[in-house]
Amino acid sequence: MSFHLILFLAFGAVCVAGAVNLLTQRHPINSALSLIAVMGALAGEYLLLGAEFVAAVQVIVYAGAIMVLFVFVIMLLNAGVEEQTRGSRTALVLGVPGMLTGGVLMAWVVLRQSGTRAVPIDALPGSPRDIAQLLFHDFLLPFEVTSVLILIAIMGAVVLASKPDSPPGRID
Amino acid sequence: MVPLSYYLLLSAFLFSCGVVGFLIKRNIITIFMSIELMLNGVNLSFVAFAAHWHALAGQVFVFFVMVVAAAEAAVGLAIIIAVYRTRETLNVDQVNLLKL
Repeated sequence: MSFHLILFLAFGAVCVAGAVNLLTQRHPINSALSLIAVMGALAGEYLLLGAEFVAAVQVIVYAGAIMVLFVFVIMLLNAGVEEQTRGSRTALVLGVPGMLTGGVLMAWVVLRQSGTRAVPIDALPGSPRDIAQLLFHDFLLPFEVTSVLILIAIMGAVVLASKPDSPPGRID
Repeated sequence: MVPLSYYLLLSAFLFSCGVVGFLIKRNIITIFMSIELMLNGVNLSFVAFAAHWHALAGQVFVFFVMVVAAAEAAVGLAIIIAVYRTRETLNVDQVNLLKL
């Protein structure tokens, strides 16, 4: 068993444990913290795949910015333990076996096709220079479109989250 | 040597966990986090295929997915705050105005 495989299994175990913990916890703050653990472990997987810049962005943007937003909203709304209702129990009874069947089918399809080599740890192909070359040259138009998208999202968030009776932008 | 299928299996597992969470959770914030989990599973597939085919475009796509996830989280959480302000609940079963 190679060192690479051991690292993969370690990070993968953290991912699986975090994802299962997200489902079993009843309080949203526990789910959020386990999701942060999943994202940190996924950054390790990205490093194993040679995507160093993606790993850094995963930690900074996903585990940092987006999850802080989630935790902040949980704190702001004082979210408590969720209650069990009839609808959710039906989803539990029908959804979990359905997903298990789908997962087994997917695993069977994936495991029929295998055989790739791992990236050596010191030879990382996803350097920031190459990424930037692609992002700002080949994907320039999508890049600009996403910048417009995120600008619209920021304005929409400000409009939606402001008090209904006060016009957005005015400070009372 | 780690085969590609291991990465795809982990990715599929994370995606399935996201779908199950989306279905069984009643708290709207946890449902949002399940969506993020699904997006993360897809991202792992993108990076694994990028390493497999030596195509860096897969990693660039991960950035686009992250941007869309950030925009979705910002707008979605603002909507959650607006819903909570009017209905005083985070339970999706009680937000049923459109239900027959």
